[in-house]
Amino acid sequence: MSVDSPNDSAVIGVLAWAWPLLGRLMQGVLTLLAVSLLIFLAARALPGDVANMILGQSATQDQLAALRTQLGLDQPLWWQYLTWLGGILHGDWGVSLANGQPVAEILTLGVRNSATLSGVALAVMLPLSLLVGVIAAQFRDGFVDRLFLGMSMVANAVPDFVTGTVLVALFATTVLHVLPAVSFIPPGDSPFSYPDALVLPAITVIIPGVMYLARLVRVAVIDVMATEYIQTAILKGMSPSRILFRHALPNAVAPIIPAASLVAAFTVGGVVVVEYLFAYPGIGSALVDAVTNRDLPVIQANVLVIASAYFILNLIADALAQRDDASTQQGRSQA
Amino acid sequence: MTVERSDGALVIEDVSLALRVGEVMGIVGESGSGKSTLALALLGYARRGLRIAHGSVRVAETDMLQLDKAELRAARREVVAYVAQDPGAALNPMLSLETLLTEVLAGNRTEKNARAREILRKVGLPDDNSFLQRKPRQLSGGQQQRIAIAMAVIAKPRLIILDEPTTGLDVSTRARVLDLIRQLCISDSLTAIYVSHDLAVIANVADHVTVMYGGQVVEQGCMQDVLSAPRHPYTRALFDAVPSIQARQALRPIHGRVPGVGEGPSGCIFSDRCEYVVEECSVRPALNLAGNTLVRCVRPEPVQTFGARSVAVGHPACRPTETRPILEARSIDAFYGNRQILFDVGLKVEPGRCLAVVGESGSGKSTLSRCLIGLHGNVTGQLTLDGRPLPLTVGLRDQNARLRLQYIFQNSNASLNPRRTVGASLAAALDIGRGTTPKRSGTVVAKALERVGISPDLATRYPAELSGGQRQRVAIARALVAEPSVLLCDEVTSSLDVSVQASVIELLRSLLDDGLGMLFVTHDLAVVRNIADSVVVLSAGRIVECGDIDTVLSSPRHPYTQSLLTNMLQLPSADAGQEASVATML
Ligand SMILES: Nc1ncnc2c1ncn2[C@@H]1O[C@H](COP(=O)(O)OP(=O)(O)OP(=O)(O)O)[C@@H](O)[C@H]1O
Ligand code: SF4
Ligand SMILES: [Mg+2]
Repeated sequence: MSVDSPNDSAVIGVLAWAWPLLGRLMQGVLTLLAVSLLIFLAARALPGDVANMILGQSATQDQLAALRTQLGLDQPLWWQYLTWLGGILHGDWGVSLANGQPVAEILTLGVRNSATLSGVALAVMLPLSLLVGVIAAQFRDGFVDRLFLGMSMVANAVPDFVTGTVLVALFATTVLHVLPAVSFIPPGDSPFSYPDALVLPAITVIIPGVMYLARLVRVAVIDVMATEYIQTAILKGMSPSRILFRHALPNAVAPIIPAASLVAAFTVGGVVVVEYLFAYPGIGSALVDAVTNRDLPVIQANVLVIASAYFILNLIADALAQRDDASTQQGRSQA
Repeated sequence: MTVERSDGALVIEDVSLALRVGEVMGIVGESGSGKSTLALALLGYARRGLRIAHGSVRVAETDMLQLDKAELRAARREVVAYVAQDPGAALNPMLSLETLLTEVLAGNRTEKNARAREILRKVGLPDDNSFLQRKPRQLSGGQQQRIAIAMAVIAKPRLIILDEPTTGLDVSTRARVLDLIRQLCISDSLTAIYVSHDLAVIANVADHVTVMYGGQVVEQGCMQDVLSAPRHPYTRALFDAVPSIQARQALRPIHGRVPGVGEGPSGCIFSDRCEYVVEECSVRPALNLAGNTLVRCVRPEPVQTFGARSVAVGHPACRPTETRPILEARSIDAFYGNRQILFDVGLKVEPGRCLAVVGESGSGKSTLSRCLIGLHGNVTGQLTLDGRPLPLTVGLRDQNARLRLQYIFQNSNASLNPRRTVGASLAAALDIGRGTTPKRSGTVVAKALERVGISPDLATRYPAELSGGQRQRVAIARALVAEPSVLLCDEVTSSLDVSVQASVIELLRSLLDDGLGMLFVTHDLAVVRNIADSVVVLSAGRIVECGDIDTVLSSPRHPYTQSLLTNMLQLPSADAGQEASVATML
């Protein structure tokens, strides 16, 4: 295809890339809406009654009914849903049924702590995966490589909570008593003030992530190193480090980036489990607590936030994959 | 020089070459004969799984195989450069042309940049900044190849090794690239080693030639000597397989296939395919001087002894009753998006005759064949099959029409299902047509395979276990089981070795004799001369010339056809020498 000016082609390129994303965004908003409805219904379907839970077994029918009216639980379901949704759109997440605290406050705390944990985990996980993957590829079929492959098989077959429990057993109890088994962080304090409380939860998330991503890196690097352009670089007399960093890695990393953002999304999911395991005060533990208390607004808010995070990371993964495709196609059509 | 596989099997054995400054050495041989392995070994490099067992490579005082790692890297930058087989794959897609070109240079950025511009001008490419910032994918195949060459010569090496640098380029781009190489050899006193399976190309660029087979040098000498008197039977066989543009001849394919590593016969490596094999051949002959050339054969008599090669074959006589076209296309216009690709194209395919469609890459040849087979959506015009109108898209055609029009793809690797045996692929093609009993389908498949010269025993093999030529034959057999009346062949020989190409051409010719109509799309005029009865020349989507093959090729009227013809490479004096020798014999 002949393209009139480079500017035009850039505009076309951006459009070709952004247009499907806009569609994805709309689709995502609809999905989140559907999710919010589902959460709402699921939370209502939980066995046990909030009023009962708050007032205890000894409450009279009248007291219960009065409380329900006060909480708006006697309204029709659709009305309750719309009120809740309308509130959220105005930034009003409601108050906790368990202790009257504004949900927004609970959320802020939880999101900050969870984001810190996920952020730390990802910040370590991504470079580490790259390093491990490249090393395994360099020693392809050697001892290091086999060891890595074996370990990654095991690590990915074992669920997070088992990894966590083993880590606790190793580092926090019988064998070595160097790290806390329970990550206590007072509400309002930054997790960074308690680094040792972060270590075990983070490692629990990092291990499976690294094992999975590094395997992708390994395969990608091996594939790239077998291409003719790497052979050409070798025959041009380039140094091994230049070949690795300038010629091989940019090509190897490109296909992995979308996978990495997907792994980031899974990490957010994994964090919920891990937080519960270590009693780390994040969104995950908040959610578990809220479910125990039948604290409907808190449950709904937490799930919605987790779903949104998941969705956004997926969207990023999509965008990156799409950009790759778009640039490939653009390249083809100009050739 | 010897290269062996990690288990000790020899890939190339005891090869020696010598070249003076400014000379070009051609290395020829069929696919798998060890050409690339040799080319890479000259840079002290062996592919994964191979290693250089012993030998020496001396380029201007440097022994490539005695260097330590750092010295070897320096030598690869400054002494010997390599241009790989496929430029599309050999240029890193993530790096800009500037990086690719200048990374071998020392010095500061302005110096490097200036040198890059200089070299771009030299290879005939734009030298502005925006071009330097482009990525390889944004170039055409010919431009990529010139970048690959520029990349190799930018550091002013003494020796450049080119591995099939023009295979896959269309004729005029190829002519330009060959010119460039010749020019560089003269102006920069560069010495070049040129690897190719195409004898016509080698004959046009090389001063010396080395013929390789099964990892051994079978003949080596001055290009002129080898050309006028090829002595080794393998060299002769290669010459015989090259189609000539001058005349339609019987092509002589080399039967059998190149032995795999360690599989060759114990005596002369060529003895299982040689037509002149005698008893003494069971002992491997040494490379001996015969005339002016080195030959590895016990009977290095010059070619004349064995009589004339060229056998002219005529065109099938077209009886008047049969000239009614089977497939006819009128005023075909085709588009990609808003861009019109084909303009008012019309053609006729007659039974027992072959119509060739020629044109450079990008002229719309493949689009045209896609239109005929009904795979191109955005098209207007009329098609008729046997006088009845044929819908433009394949979805609207009835079973019978689909079966009667069969298509053979350029790339037989991609067109055969790798997970199906050959027999199963053929049977599946048969089933689409009619519900047949397994027994009958077995015999039809066997018959089709035999028709294309493949033993029905091979029906149980998978495509990967066949050679390129065998795969292409199977693809043809698959088209044949549907008992078509028209065969559309899109560049079916362009990815094949000359010897394999010869066998496919002979097969297609014999199918014409059976009364099949054929449309043959290609950019190779020599192939056209040898198979087609009439020809249409396509340029930028329009038919610029059409007519009888002899008329068009002997007195082309349109400038475009003329330029296609002048860019054709031929074995220059081989045929002249041949005719002379025939004359002396008479
Ligand atoms: N890395 C490898 N390991 C084992 N065998 C190999 C390897 N590379 C090539 N071979 C074998 O060595 C022989 C020569 O291969 P080579 O690539 O040199 O052939 P070629 O003449 O360049 O063919 P082509 O025309 O197809 O490029 C072939 O039989 C091939 O299968
Ligand atoms: S030595 Fe014998 S088998 Fe080998 S090429 Fe010569 S004649 Fe043929
Ligand atoms: Mg090769």
